Amino acid sequence: MFSWMKGRRSKETLKDRLELVLAYDRAQIPPGKVDALRNDLLEVVKRYFPAGSSNVEVEQRGDQVVLSASISLEEGAGGTGDTRRQG
Amino acid sequence: MNAKVIVVTSGKGGVGKTTTTANIGAALAKLGEKVVVIDVDVGLRNLDVVMGLESRVVFDLVDVLEGKCRLSQAIIRDKRVESLHLLPASQTRDKDALDPEVFKGVVRQLLEEEGFTRVLIDSPAGIESGFKTAAAPAEGALVVVNPEVSSVRDADRIIGLLEAQQVREIRLVINRLRPKMVASGNMLSEADVLEILGVKPIGIIPEDDGILVSTNVGEPAVLGKSQAGQAFMDTARRMRGEDVPYPKLEQDRGFLAVLRRLFGGA
Repeated sequence: MFSWMKGRRSKETLKDRLELVLAYDRAQIPPGKVDALRNDLLEVVKRYFPAGSSNVEVEQRGDQVVLSASISLEEGAGGTGDTRRQG
Repeated sequence: MNAKVIVVTSGKGGVGKTTTTANIGAALAKLGEKVVVIDVDVGLRNLDVVMGLESRVVFDLVDVLEGKCRLSQAIIRDKRVESLHLLPASQTRDKDALDPEVFKGVVRQLLEEEGFTRVLIDSPAGIESGFKTAAAPAEGALVVVNPEVSSVRDADRIIGLLEAQQVREIRLVINRLRPKMVASGNMLSEADVLEILGVKPIGIIPEDDGILVSTNVGEPAVLGKSQAGQAFMDTARRMRGEDVPYPKLEQDRGFLAVLRRLFGGA
């Protein structure tokens, strides 16, 4: 947010925003629904692996909108799982 | 573009659909085509005033559809450009007065009986019935887009709807581009718009005070010498298959750099 204040060109911010909003528009998914799913997923993961850090993002790959989750499974030993589900 | 029947559309209002229709129509006529531009914005007629033909409107499209006059009676011939014609919209009715199938019949008649070689349809803003009627007879589309957030988003939506309606040739007209802002990284370039929308531009029209002046006096900019007028003329040539390079726009290094990247120069 406010990245333009840090000298980033506003065009780049606009491109990122447009890419995301068009991905949702094309897939006909309300962004809030995906956001809720994302939060639920993170909550469940946290229940099992409280120490791990996870990241869930929406991205467009070709014609498809994909929800990609990167979940690091840390429970003393540690390790990284990469789970991807299409949304 | 091979399409004889082309809808000019955008989704968002105020991006320059009517100006584009008037100028591309006048340009194609200047290049020798027999052109009719049709205003489908029933109730909000404007193509007549932009072209300076408002005083000559007697009958309109709805009168034709309802059989109140013959098609040829509603067509206004432009006196400045031979072979340029206008079929005006009704100002007193609403969009429900237009039926897509009946409108298709009128367009067929324009091609087969009146001998027009190109039909340009000025679509109303929005994605409802007015747009659908305007797009119904179209084989091709010019999607007018301004390089800003809401226009690009709406253009994406319109492109999806056009594809669903089997409109084959879809091209972008990027209107109101401000080269200085593109150069400073604060406006999308045509390369950015192409990347985001995945549709090829066929025209890039710079923001130009000359456009307002030309609409003030009701004379299409392609008949004058403004930069935007020239850009519309180039667009019409490209539509006819000519390989017209994009000219360098004044005071503008960044824009040039983008053009060079686009066309593979050094």
